[in-house]
Amino acid sequence: MTPFSLIRRWLHARLPAEATAWFDGALDGVIRSTSDGDLNLAFGLVPRKLGKADLALTAGELRAAHAARPGWDPELWSVDQAARIALLLATRGDADAFVRRLDLLCATADVAELVALYRGLPLYPWPERHRLRAAEGVRTNMKAVFEAVAHANPYPAEQLPDGAWNQMVLKALFVGSALDPVVGLDGRANPALAQMLCDYAHERWSAGRPVSPELWRCVGPFATGTMIDDLHHVICTGGEAERLAAALALWRSRDPAAANVLQRHASLAAAAAASAVDRRAPRTLA
Amino acid sequence: MKFIDPHIHMLARTTDDYERMAAAGIVAVIEPAFWLGQPRTNVGSYIDYLSSLVGWERFRAAQFGIRHYCTIGLNSKEANNEALAEQVMEILPRYLVKEGVVAVGEIGYDDQTPAEDRYYRAQLALAVQLGMLVMVHTPHRDKKAGTIRSMEVALEMGMAPGRVVIDHNNEETVQDVLDRGFWAGFTLYPNTKMGNERMVEIVRRYGPERIFVDSSADWGVSDPLAVPRTAQLMLERGIPVDHVAAVCYGNALAAYAQSGQMQAADWEAPIPVDQRTLFEGNSVLRGQVPQVGVAPAAGLPLGELAFK
Repeated sequence: MTPFSLIRRWLHARLPAEATAWFDGALDGVIRSTSDGDLNLAFGLVPRKLGKADLALTAGELRAAHAARPGWDPELWSVDQAARIALLLATRGDADAFVRRLDLLCATADVAELVALYRGLPLYPWPERHRLRAAEGVRTNMKAVFEAVAHANPYPAEQLPDGAWNQMVLKALFVGSALDPVVGLDGRANPALAQMLCDYAHERWSAGRPVSPELWRCVGPFATGTMIDDLHHVICTGGEAERLAAALALWRSRDPAAANVLQRHASLAAAAAASAVDRRAPRTLA
Repeated sequence: MKFIDPHIHMLARTTDDYERMAAAGIVAVIEPAFWLGQPRTNVGSYIDYLSSLVGWERFRAAQFGIRHYCTIGLNSKEANNEALAEQVMEILPRYLVKEGVVAVGEIGYDDQTPAEDRYYRAQLALAVQLGMLVMVHTPHRDKKAGTIRSMEVALEMGMAPGRVVIDHNNEETVQDVLDRGFWAGFTLYPNTKMGNERMVEIVRRYGPERIFVDSSADWGVSDPLAVPRTAQLMLERGIPVDHVAAVCYGNALAAYAQSGQMQAADWEAPIPVDQRTLFEGNSVLRGQVPQVGVAPAAGLPLGELAFK
């Protein structure tokens, strides 16, 4: 089943008859329409007509989502978000038309609409055409909108070039968003990001501000030279979670200097090795 | 005591204002779409403005524990630029149906020109079509005649009086507005229009039914604490507390709750305040300690909030 069919089925199973009738009518209107007037109005009306309850998908429904579109994670979606994304997916036309439509919807969106539009990124056709849109979402001042792009969304890891990806990770730390819900975080780690994150840690230390233990997760595989010194500094001065995170980062580094530091902190090294085997470990650090 | 300011242009106000408003007990505001002090030259700047009302400003208010609602409309001044007005009318419906939009407004007359009349009527028709409330800005000049005309046209276009708020009233207009069954808003501008003292006498004379006060604070000389300040004066002058609560909170809520987009639960059972969103030197909170999960304490004595 396509994501569109799945969303339609989920909403049918959850909405009362009157709301379902409105939604189906709106979808038919969008499918048959030659202009975007119907879409724009229906898009705005969704919460008034369908409410804003959590979608609360079952484990089976979540599996179906993943099967339909690998990486798609609608676990935290709401009814209005799903309906708005379905309306957009129902539109016809070529890539240029789709991009224009998405641009205008974003330009005239309220906060909740922006969250829905960005959560829908992994489902839109012509994925390579939405990179600038995703980067624009990362640029927002509104944390909920930022997290619609950055969290539980496979699109950034699949499509963003390194520069935009690195900005997204750094900005997550900057605005106090967790890194753990970022999809593909370990796979997209890179040396430039590791250096940016260490520089950022230095800025925070200079200002006497705390550094999230999650920061070191993207540093580990590329830690070398002064980055090893930074990790050693954390082990000597940090709290429990920070020290474990630094040890884990050192454990992942291929630089022999990292192993030397770990040798001097045997119990931390053992804890790091144990949590590196347990793939859920980073979550407990968050 | 809780307050609602049902007419305030927060886009023109600072975060200091938001802090003081929250501390004074203001739980919700309604921001009517209006002009910017100088005319817009193209529909693009109108689109960006309306998007700010439903997006950025709503987010900004929420950071201070204040619920932000808005009304959407083509204001009477800019209705006189017909090329612009035509394009604005085209984009209005998509904004009118958005969440938290409680009415079509503020619309009505300024100079009472034929163009103003045409777009006032067109927007009343839109309100009827979409089942929405209307907030009417009454003209500052030729006020009494303009107010009566605003109401007659609203009725003629099919609006029920109980679904229309007539704003910027004074002693000369209030009787006509109440007699016809409309809601009567009073704007408390320092030095102009309605002063606090006059407002106390109006409530004393007409009672609290279908009357409420607002600040209309904007980029001009105005007071974002006008509602709580007037409440305090009313209490000092012996207006019963339930009348004060009606005029400064309950009536505005009753009027705009008819939209289905605004209810007391929005602030009585709110999501936690989250001020943590910092953004590269362009945040509303620059280097301050963010407040997370704690709404600002309400009910600070107004004496401590007065301009120091």
